[in-house]
Amino acid sequence: MEKRFMKGNEAIAEAAVMAGCRYFYGYPITPQNEIPEYFSWRLPEVGGIFIQAESEIGAINMCYGTSGSGARVMTSSSGPGLSLKAEGISYMAGANLPVVIVNIMRAGPGLGSIQPSQSDYLQATKGGGHGDYNCLVYAPTGVQSAVDLVQLAFDKADEYRMPAIILGDGVIGQMMEPVVIQEKKPIKVDKSWATVGWKDKNRPRAVINSLSLVPSELEEWNLNLQAKYKKIKESEVLYETYNMEDSDILVVAYGSTSRTIRSAIDENELKGHKIGLFTPISLWPYPEKELKEATKGKKCVLVVEMSAGQMLQDVKLAVGDTAPVHFYGRMGGIIPTAEEIFAQILKLGEVL
Amino acid sequence: MSETLVFKRPDMLRNVGFHYCPGCTHGIIHRLIAECIEELGLSDKTIGVAPVGCSVLAYDYFNCDMQEAAHGRAPAVATGIKRVHEDACVFTYQGDGDLASIGTAEIIHAAARSENISVFFVNNAIYGMTGGQMAPTTLVGQKATTSPHGRNQKYAGMPIRMSEVMAAIEGAYYIERVMVVDVKSINNAKKAIKKSLQYQMEGKGFSMVEILSTCPTGWGMTPLDAVEWLKKDMVDYYPLGLIKEGN
Ligand SMILES: Cc1ncc(C[n+]2csc(CCOP(=O)(O)OP(=O)(O)O)c2C)c(N)n1
Ligand code: SF4
Repeated sequence: MEKRFMKGNEAIAEAAVMAGCRYFYGYPITPQNEIPEYFSWRLPEVGGIFIQAESEIGAINMCYGTSGSGARVMTSSSGPGLSLKAEGISYMAGANLPVVIVNIMRAGPGLGSIQPSQSDYLQATKGGGHGDYNCLVYAPTGVQSAVDLVQLAFDKADEYRMPAIILGDGVIGQMMEPVVIQEKKPIKVDKSWATVGWKDKNRPRAVINSLSLVPSELEEWNLNLQAKYKKIKESEVLYETYNMEDSDILVVAYGSTSRTIRSAIDENELKGHKIGLFTPISLWPYPEKELKEATKGKKCVLVVEMSAGQMLQDVKLAVGDTAPVHFYGRMGGIIPTAEEIFAQILKLGEVL
Repeated sequence: MSETLVFKRPDMLRNVGFHYCPGCTHGIIHRLIAECIEELGLSDKTIGVAPVGCSVLAYDYFNCDMQEAAHGRAPAVATGIKRVHEDACVFTYQGDGDLASIGTAEIIHAAARSENISVFFVNNAIYGMTGGQMAPTTLVGQKATTSPHGRNQKYAGMPIRMSEVMAAIEGAYYIERVMVVDVKSINNAKKAIKKSLQYQMEGKGFSMVEILSTCPTGWGMTPLDAVEWLKKDMVDYYPLGLIKEGN
């Protein structure tokens, strides 16, 4: 298969096309603009539809209509745009509609800046919108990883009939790497629930909806969602480990931060200290059990994020009292350097 | 003695009772839309979009595939449907809070793109579902729960004439304002609804029929007084008739 040198954002768009996505709706925002730009010429080539929506609200609600009509659909944005999409994502989760949503995170809060960040972790993994719902959340560590996860996200969104979020950051979106993008045939799922016009009277009338005015019925609906989430927690956890054998210190990081740490470990400047790396790939479901297992026998855990410590909360919950948990984070669009992270690790090494 | 059936529920309406208040004209509008879809032979290829508002349960009433949209977003949802099923007949059914307040961006841009859909805009000059608050279409002086002394132009501005706004958009093909208070006006409304669906099937692009509608509950009137108030006060500010045809 041919290797191409591509920017993360463009590779994400092409991966979607190769996974059978023919509809994209989005609104410009840096640092993800290459995604809608790519779709705007690529989709017409394959008979698909690109619409530059009037807003992120428009875009997510177009996704609702298209997904409810049975087609694969994607939208992408960054921080502020995700905040606007929150209501629509909740509606899609409530109506059991698949969609793939890409967030190339920038620094917040508010308008913040266009520099990379990981400060939308809580928004993505704990809801973001209203109600008891979850989205599948995947965090790529590089361009190839983004391609693979986008294609996986389409299948999983279809399989479980729910939104899936690709939680990237400005580094993943903007960096160029060699990638292989293969055509991936969509998994076969029943979509007889979709609105296509009620010609086939053998199926019930299709109604896409999240309203349920009878409390006992709405609770039942919620219980069904929760049962689905439980199944996902049991079977859809993804993570990677690196250099785990005999390590004293376990670093936990996701996305581009995990890449930085991996190269820090490879450069081997940390003589006398054995550093392991745990990288959650699915942020929801979070690899809780696997992380706890990985911390056994470690002297301490260091969480590194481009945020004030959002994933930190999940790490602490997972690790419990197995090992002490420390944190290092940068905000405002600052990417922590390998040297900075060494310094943190060395500091921890001294106190061990 | 043999019986002849002269009036029946259209097949496009499901056999469930409406939840609308006595004297509310939402029900008449539902029936007209259902009749038109049926008469045009579009029943099997229609996909409707229900709003958030008193007509939120419209998905229970129309006997076709339906989607229930978030408040104000029906035109975006309809766009997402129509782009997948280009041959389908896609309509939205929206109140004035839905279309003229929270959903103004969606309706204007659906028209700007000339989405080939039919929009049925039910203007009752009030927020019915949430208990009678002021709407963007509430008349000056009209009492609502958030304008207890009557809409004050100084603080709340003037009501929006949405059809005239929409007619200014190049992509809008057909815009007409109607009411449904007597046989004549109901027949006229039906013609407009049918026309809008026909234009859609001919691929003419965006159309919207604004239907002035009563809300006796929200207005605090008897159904008969509501009809009189609509015919006089509402029609005074919202003139009936064709506003735009062709682009
Ligand atoms: C985002 C959001 N904001 C507010 C509401 C509450 N709400 C429900 S219906 C409605 C007003 C509906 O009024 P209108 O569109 O005029 O329809 P009517 O009920 O009069 O037919 C509002 C504000 C909501 N459901 N969602
Ligand atoms: S509140 Fe008003 S609009 Fe709603 S059903 Fe009653 S009369 Fe009709």
